[in-house]
Amino acid sequence: MATAIQSQGVVTAARRRSVGRLALATLGWTVLIAFALIEILPFAFTVANSFKCLPAVQSYPRALIPVPPFGVSCVSEEGAPLPARAVSTPTTFNPTLQGYEEIFDAKLPRWFANTTFFAVVITVLRLVFDSMAGYALARIRFPGNRLLFYSILGTMMVPPVVLLIPRFIILKHLAMLNTYQGLIVPLAVDAFGIFLMKQFFESVPGEIEEAAMVDGASRFTMFLRVVLPMATPALTALAIFSFQGTWNDFLMPLIILSGKSDLWTLPLGLSFLRGAYGETLRWHAFLAGSVLTTLPLALIFFYFQRYFVEGISYSGLKG
Amino acid sequence: MATAAPAVRRQVTTMSAKRRQEALAGLSFMVPALIIFLIFLIIPIGAAVYISFTDWNGISPVFEEGAYNYIGTANYSDLLRGYHVDGDRVVAASIRQRDFFIALKNTFYYVIGVVPVQTTLALLLAVIVNQRWLKAKGFFRTAFYFPSITSSVVISLIFMFMFTRGGLVNQALASVVPGYGSGNYVNWLDDPRGVLHLIFGQFGLTRESAGAWAGQRVLGLTGWEWISGPSVTLLTIMMLNIWTTIGTMMVIFLAALQDIPGHVYEAAEIDGANAFQIFRRITVPLLRPTIFFVVTLGLIGTFQVFDQVYVISSGGPAKTTLTVAYMVYQNGFDRSAMGLASATAIVLFVIIFVFTILQRVVVRERAAV
Repeated sequence: MATAIQSQGVVTAARRRSVGRLALATLGWTVLIAFALIEILPFAFTVANSFKCLPAVQSYPRALIPVPPFGVSCVSEEGAPLPARAVSTPTTFNPTLQGYEEIFDAKLPRWFANTTFFAVVITVLRLVFDSMAGYALARIRFPGNRLLFYSILGTMMVPPVVLLIPRFIILKHLAMLNTYQGLIVPLAVDAFGIFLMKQFFESVPGEIEEAAMVDGASRFTMFLRVVLPMATPALTALAIFSFQGTWNDFLMPLIILSGKSDLWTLPLGLSFLRGAYGETLRWHAFLAGSVLTTLPLALIFFYFQRYFVEGISYSGLKG
Repeated sequence: MATAAPAVRRQVTTMSAKRRQEALAGLSFMVPALIIFLIFLIIPIGAAVYISFTDWNGISPVFEEGAYNYIGTANYSDLLRGYHVDGDRVVAASIRQRDFFIALKNTFYYVIGVVPVQTTLALLLAVIVNQRWLKAKGFFRTAFYFPSITSSVVISLIFMFMFTRGGLVNQALASVVPGYGSGNYVNWLDDPRGVLHLIFGQFGLTRESAGAWAGQRVLGLTGWEWISGPSVTLLTIMMLNIWTTIGTMMVIFLAALQDIPGHVYEAAEIDGANAFQIFRRITVPLLRPTIFFVVTLGLIGTFQVFDQVYVISSGGPAKTTLTVAYMVYQNGFDRSAMGLASATAIVLFVIIFVFTILQRVVVRERAAV
């Protein structure tokens, strides 16, 4: 009798628990899906509206489904802009490349080439210089090793805004304002990269290097032949972070490259275009520019996703 | 015997030669990094401090005679007290003080609004994604992280597009909220009204009914101005910031959560702890270092908010999105007051530093309890 009641109690408790668990799971799913929509929908609307005629962007921004005819012209045969209703309904729209043509005419290809050049060159230089410095700090004993490491770590605390003005002055005096090297040289080394590489080199066992040392290899040969090939995961993470950071950077190009439109990067070009347009923004062109600015990083992200996630977690900054 | 001694000595010399060789190798590996850091990081930090004690305008060549005057702490005094003393004369600078405290007020509301919300949401999402029953972990991680890889300028443009008066957000709200229509759309991108003022207004509290303290000036602003809360436009930029950074922080939390061994949770479940108790008593304490890291990242990022303000509002409407970082840029490059801008930047640095330390102390003490 007593045991029956007891077991019944256990059963109801278990049932209550499984009901509770189901409720929690449903709640969890709802929260996740809601947030996923909030995070992703703006991008969907951006892509859709970048392929619309301007009146359609203004009247029916929420139309998401492209329907034929594709590649419509946004003006009538007489050259007057077509009304929104002619190329769109509240839910569907006829895609056009008008916005892309307009942003191309605004020198976007030039900005794209500049941004690619800056991102690639700065990333390559950082891979070389950061890994050299990180290796020296992790493995080679020399006077001032610790002091240098902590100084480098300390510079990560200094906000870029503080460095803005003095960097501007120094570059001005070196006649490097509004030049390619003006942006590249100050960014060719970064404290975060050195820190990342040092952490990595400390985590790999030193026996292989010792063996190479016994064989009489110099530090430099060993670094090139033995150490760097082992460091591929860390180098990939560093390359991705640095490419992404440089591609998106706004503050430094704004200070260093503003004066010469031939040197503008994508974020700089888009922001100045926004300033030039004032209140009447040509949204189809802006959204086309936004899509083209994001696309390369999106492709890299989907291809190297694992490294993004690993990089964040093993930069050792976890705690 | 006689032959052994030189051999030993030779070995000693080769040892120290080797050590010297190592030191040389180490330093030569560091040379590129050291040169660049010295010229573009260490010297600039020193220069920033020095310039903040001058009245340099940023245009006249800095090494020429008479390009600037050394004016001591006048810039700091202008910002913090609204005047400085020049010889036996008191020079008023109440606009500088007012602008600085407006920027400081806006920045504080920004930080206080963004950091707790983004940290809590990121932690919540990470905990859900980390549940054993959840399939499609990878999908959600990708969806949440994607905005963080996008340029701040692009995100700002997208938000401007969505929050324009007749834009997607207002249309969506109109279809959900009864009584919200094109006649009374909120003008998200150009509305200087303070959010707290609006809320107080709902309860009948206005500047007039609030009492004498509302008109009292403290540090350049009236009491009523201090409690404005962020303006509607600043609130829009805050939402943007939260939306962008949740992903990065979620990934950091997720990595830390996955390091907590499963048997810890199992033990708690056997002891009869429910989901909330497990979160409160196990997950949060074990995540304390990660929370510290995420909050620090958040503080450093939000105290320096610049790009979004530059693209969306340029400090307007009515200076309600003027932040300290934006003020540094404006003073230095638009108004040719590099000395004042440097002083503002140094003050910002001190504030960030103090808050990071303060936060560290708080987290430590909590851990000790």
